[in-house]
Amino acid sequence: MSKKCEKLVDIGRRQFLRGTGIVAAGGIATTIAPAQSKAATPLARVNYPSSKLGNIKDLKADAPFDVAYPDADAPGVLLKLGKKVPGGAGPDGDVVGFSTICPHKGFPLSYSAADRSFNCPGHYSRFDPEAGGQQIWGQATQNLPQYALRIDDKGDIYAEGVDELLYGRLSNVL
Amino acid sequence: MAYKRQIDRLPIIPADAKKHNVTCHYCIVGCGYHAYTWPANKQGGTDAAANVFGVDLSKQQEAETVAWYAPSMYNIVKQNGQDVHIVIKPDRECEVNSGLGSVRGARMGESRFSTARSTQQQRLTDPMVWRYGQMQPTSWDDALDLVARVTAAVVKEQGEDGLFVSMFDHGGSAGGYENTWGTGKLYFGAMKIKNVRIHNRPAYNSEVHATRDMGVGELNNCYEDAELADTIVAVGTNPLETQTNYFLNHWIPNLRGTSVDKKKAQLPDEPHAAARIIIIDPRRTVTVNAAEMEAGKDNVLHLALNSGTDLALFNAIFTHIVEQGWTDKDFIQASTIATGTKRPDLYPARGEADGKPGHLTNFDGAVEGCKISLEEAAKITGLKAEDIAKAAEWIAKPKDGGKRRRTMIGYEKGLIWGNDNYRTNGALVNIALATGNIGRPGGGVVRLGGHQEGYVRPSDAHVGRPAAYVDKLLIEGKGGVHHVWACDHYKTTLNALEFKRNYKHRTDIVKDAMNGVPYGDRDGMVKAILGAIKAGGLFSVDVDIIPSQIGQASHVWLPAAESGEMNLTSMNGERRMRLTERYMDPPGNAKPDCLIAAGLAQHMERVLREMGDAKYADQFKGFDWQTEEDAFKDGYQKHAGGGEFVTYETLRAMGTNGFQEPATAVKDGKIVGTKRLYTDGVFSGEDGKARFMDAPWRGLQAPGKEEQKAKHAFLINNGRTNLVWQNAFLDQDSDFVMDRWPYPFIEMNLDDMASLKLKAGDLVEVFNDAGSTQAMVYPTPTARKGETFMLFAFPTGVQGNVINAGVNELVIPNYKQTWADIRKIADAPEVTRSLTFKSPEYRTS
Repeated sequence: MSKKCEKLVDIGRRQFLRGTGIVAAGGIATTIAPAQSKAATPLARVNYPSSKLGNIKDLKADAPFDVAYPDADAPGVLLKLGKKVPGGAGPDGDVVGFSTICPHKGFPLSYSAADRSFNCPGHYSRFDPEAGGQQIWGQATQNLPQYALRIDDKGDIYAEGVDELLYGRLSNVL
Repeated sequence: MAYKRQIDRLPIIPADAKKHNVTCHYCIVGCGYHAYTWPANKQGGTDAAANVFGVDLSKQQEAETVAWYAPSMYNIVKQNGQDVHIVIKPDRECEVNSGLGSVRGARMGESRFSTARSTQQQRLTDPMVWRYGQMQPTSWDDALDLVARVTAAVVKEQGEDGLFVSMFDHGGSAGGYENTWGTGKLYFGAMKIKNVRIHNRPAYNSEVHATRDMGVGELNNCYEDAELADTIVAVGTNPLETQTNYFLNHWIPNLRGTSVDKKKAQLPDEPHAAARIIIIDPRRTVTVNAAEMEAGKDNVLHLALNSGTDLALFNAIFTHIVEQGWTDKDFIQASTIATGTKRPDLYPARGEADGKPGHLTNFDGAVEGCKISLEEAAKITGLKAEDIAKAAEWIAKPKDGGKRRRTMIGYEKGLIWGNDNYRTNGALVNIALATGNIGRPGGGVVRLGGHQEGYVRPSDAHVGRPAAYVDKLLIEGKGGVHHVWACDHYKTTLNALEFKRNYKHRTDIVKDAMNGVPYGDRDGMVKAILGAIKAGGLFSVDVDIIPSQIGQASHVWLPAAESGEMNLTSMNGERRMRLTERYMDPPGNAKPDCLIAAGLAQHMERVLREMGDAKYADQFKGFDWQTEEDAFKDGYQKHAGGGEFVTYETLRAMGTNGFQEPATAVKDGKIVGTKRLYTDGVFSGEDGKARFMDAPWRGLQAPGKEEQKAKHAFLINNGRTNLVWQNAFLDQDSDFVMDRWPYPFIEMNLDDMASLKLKAGDLVEVFNDAGSTQAMVYPTPTARKGETFMLFAFPTGVQGNVINAGVNELVIPNYKQTWADIRKIADAPEVTRSLTFKSPEYRTS
């Protein structure tokens, strides 16, 4: 191992110590000053929680089931569409989850069961849950954020990621 | 699967980020934005003190927050050679958009040239020339020398008519006052080029000659008038998609009734209610739907007339208003000419001359000439007589207490690129004049516009009227050199397939000749090119920001900068002028068009002097600009009305709100503008009076239209869609756009689809005697049988291929009245199979 690498390991160790809250004294703080000038290695994606949003038994065809993900301030829905769709989970590939905040200006979307669409009362944007949240028509510059879903043997539905930035936050996980 | 960016966080704008004024590059509305930039190795934080918003960003922000931006607004660009983060986000303080971003403008960030993030890598970075059988980079001096030598030789031999020019006349994008002046000074100052055309049509003409001839400039009101009107009339326009934030921010409040308080405050002596709206369009659009949702169906009158019959409708409305006594007699007497003029001998079949295709006269003359009964108009338009009467009532019947109704009339391409442009425009302006709805709050008869404007050039009087039909002349083999400035005839002209076929043939002759000479032998090269021109060839120079489709035929490409890569001034649809500040470097060696024009002028001067023509060479003096601001000072300040009051410095200080042209003074460091035109009742023209137009209905005017209609099964109506700007020159490199529209859609009636055995997403051929093109079927339950609507000017299926060459007397194209047959080409390919084909109409249940 080269000297440079040893130094990196050393900095890493100090960071760890700092993280445990042990570093408090001024003297030690001085010695870790170089560590502070090194940026933390950013992760490629944020770390999403794996959150249980419901059970497959909770879902009725075409009836949106209110959830929130990745936290309580980010409303969304689970939908059972009765046919295999893009991003669909479960044995039939028909369970999807979407944010219900419009990515244009943050208005709450409403679901139309008649043509299976999300509709925004703010500026008339529409999104299609049967096509990966594609904007049918509207003002948003992104399609509707969709959840990465996992359904376990018991039928519990977990969300484990989102594929677009949610409106109103500059990091999906706050 | 719908396109997703997989971006789940963005760099935070730090508190000390640089902030630049930006007006959206694209449509006429000109929404206000700010570009924030900061060094690539820095970022702000979630603490309120650490970000530009002063807000705790570790919390979810509420709807309509200023403290959020979409991934489409973000990029990394070069600024003075250094990588910087950039966020271009809408400005809440701008009166135009109040913080709204359209699906086009809110993608400006993502649509910048970025080497760091590989966006818009299609942008031209260097001059390119045809060398060894393909386009190759070269230096500016080399490219301009070649262009100047060939151009000078052709002009010396054929005269200036041998030089054909296609040049943009718009604001925004890479246009603006700086660049229209630069190009204008070259072609209308140093030279007097007659074979010239504008970016979206085959001649150098106004799209609204009629209203101007009548003394009514076409941008005569302000956006607030849409909040104050009792009735809004929308003709051949779909503003929710094409002037989005004007519609959302100024029409909708009036349709919803939320501007009633403003009406009461500004106009206290009359009754007020939420607005009614009349929408004249053969197609049901999202605008109709949104209006119904907000105003209620009872307050929306959608007149879905037979395509191209607007003139008959307007005349019937005008006649009914007159018969009911709902005219504004005082206004007519004070502001319009009193004495009529004699009808031209062959009228109404022909005007006095092709350059004067109408008959301008007084009110009585127009009443006489335009007279048509409700029943007769109903027969022509396919509308119900009572609906026409209702429209007249909504426009002109006085309000309770006898106060005049305030009616704003907006029109755009459905009229402009529709049947009998001149007289139809005139017939519509008749209604506004008869009801006194110009120059008054809540009024105006205005074109709604496409691009922003930014026009200042030396006089174009030498072009003549009618102007030369340039595309036709090029097809016929005329001209030796063609300079193309940000025009793409291959996508945005009529008779486009025929044009492309001939243009390719002629430019190939020159390419083949060039292939026979070593590139470094300049004299030999110029000689070979001139020889090829004599043999029917055409030398093509394309100035653009990207390699355009017509550029495939060109021999030289010159890379231009666009708004934000240079300081650029424009005005919007209410004449609101702003400065977009330079916030990033142009790609590579690209330059503002005004400086490219200046460089070309300097090379022309040098070459002509070398050729021994000192006198002609002297005409190319006066282009010694170092910056775009120099061009602005030379052009706008000296030649635009009120230009002497306008400086970059003052505009910078006036931010995204700017002022409304014309400027009339500077007061306390601010430019004083003009909110509405004609408020004093004095109109444009020598005597200050407006004219009416005697404009009787004469069927489908443009040559070939009646025959086409009789022969083919489908109307191929056409126009823009929300997501795409213009001919998709930047959007064609956007994953978000191309994922939604890999091919141009064609909206079709479900029974028509069934009879042709078509499914959603299938590719069809649209064909007639003019040409053929392709489109993707979009099932549309609201489409009438036999009537389709196809996305216009799209790169993967050019609708202009099936528009026949027939134009009006003033060489205005007629895009909208096109008929063709349709047949299946292929089942939905993979890229269209996964798309949504649901209705665009917003619904609440």
